[in-house]
Amino acid sequence: MPYIKVGNERTLPIDVQYDHATKVERGPTSAQVALCVNGTERLVDLEPRTSLLDALREHLELTGSKKGCDQGTCGACTVWVDGRRVLGCLTLAVACEGQEVTTIEGVGVEDEPHPMQRAFVEHDAFQCGYCTPGQIMSAIALIEEGNASTDEAIAEFMSGNICRCAAYPNIRAAIREVRDATV
Amino acid sequence: MQPFSYARANDVESAITLVAGDPGSTFLAGGTTKVDLLRLGVEHTDRVVDINDLPLTAVDELGDGTVRIGALARMSDVARTPIITERFPAVSQALLLGASEQLRNMASMGGNLRQRVRCTYFRDGVSPCNKREPGTGCSALEGLNRGHAILGVSESCIATHPSDVAVAFVAFDAVVHTAGRDGERTIPIDDFYLVPGDAPQVEHPLAHGELITAIDLPPSPLAAGSLYLKFRDRQSYEFALVSVCAALTVKDGVVADVRVALGGVGTKPWRARRTEETLRGAPASDESFARAAAAELSIAAPRPGNAFKVAFAERAIVRGLRHSMNGQAA
Repeated sequence: MPYIKVGNERTLPIDVQYDHATKVERGPTSAQVALCVNGTERLVDLEPRTSLLDALREHLELTGSKKGCDQGTCGACTVWVDGRRVLGCLTLAVACEGQEVTTIEGVGVEDEPHPMQRAFVEHDAFQCGYCTPGQIMSAIALIEEGNASTDEAIAEFMSGNICRCAAYPNIRAAIREVRDATV
Repeated sequence: MQPFSYARANDVESAITLVAGDPGSTFLAGGTTKVDLLRLGVEHTDRVVDINDLPLTAVDELGDGTVRIGALARMSDVARTPIITERFPAVSQALLLGASEQLRNMASMGGNLRQRVRCTYFRDGVSPCNKREPGTGCSALEGLNRGHAILGVSESCIATHPSDVAVAFVAFDAVVHTAGRDGERTIPIDDFYLVPGDAPQVEHPLAHGELITAIDLPPSPLAAGSLYLKFRDRQSYEFALVSVCAALTVKDGVVADVRVALGGVGTKPWRARRTEETLRGAPASDESFARAAAAELSIAAPRPGNAFKVAFAERAIVRGLRHSMNGQAA
């Protein structure tokens, strides 16, 4: 899977990384957390209370995932953990050690966008664009889950992603196009 | 959010030891309720003990036909497990009608049972609320109470229990398995949930550090024809105003056996025993269904804001029973 490399990466020696076998307790102050984001191992100092969303945005300079409600209501922070779409705002970053995190930056690059990103542009599936990264992370997952078979299914299984500009018909059109090209 | 420490448990025993031995520790599973309430300042913790490595994710059939759902199985996975969709369709439907797919991918079954109420006065962290701060009063009694409960209420609390799947669980007499410092025990689901009475802060009989390990669904021939209907302000991703889990068997035009439970109207997932008692042996007709529904709602204690739920719940029961019966005939 293609991913964008971002700046300011610190690669620390592997022997200081969190050892899952010993399950060392950490916090409440900052402690080292090893995260695998978009195929790259990253080491960051985080308080255990830090959400995955804040870790991505504030510590890893991956600002594609958006903070809307910060309470699991809007879906703007949707990312994949081990290939499943989840909400970054209700996930603790430290709990993601040992798992693969994929963000919008990991699904395509500017020169080579993901087909879903291309379809969102072609179908004008947004106005302000704030919810779009979350919409796209859900939309790609939706097709892989097999939950995009009808417009009703798309509406139901995309309901965790709110678009206050109400671009829903265009979002569904983009998803249909990618679904039909995938089959 | 208040700072806290993080530990990750290898097995059930160490998870229990870590939490039971420390009043400031709490289990962390899917986090969809826990992280939210910690951030809102409604709950507080000194340490979360991550239990996601515990081997409690399976959904199995036992020798006697019981279906055992691991406490860490995710809502989305359980909803699509064939033994659930075939034998307990209402459980699958209830799961898929709850939350969003992202939340269902995160939320564990044990955590679902332990989720807290969605009452805005409880969640705002400042209003008088007997559940959050015992003795301060209930702001919902005279406040905005459109979404609140009409069954099992008290002058201390009228918050609705928000779970969908727990409604199907009470209909089919699920059994909650727990493990704690004093060993393992089983709790019938109807005893797992407590009505608020004068102590709404006590929501379940679990001790601190007692962990839900599994939920059992005993064999029920009735359940294969069960359904779950949910009525709400939005078509998707919204809590129920009223929901109903219904299943019945009819012999020679007479109700042989029946299960009805309600969501969105009770301070706990509400088994409609009055409806069931009225219906057993009665003709399987809309008139019987309506009479049986009215019998349950005769004990409702509505407030001005939620008085509409009485007739709403009665109609939901009738519709649920009618659809369950028709599904059976088909």
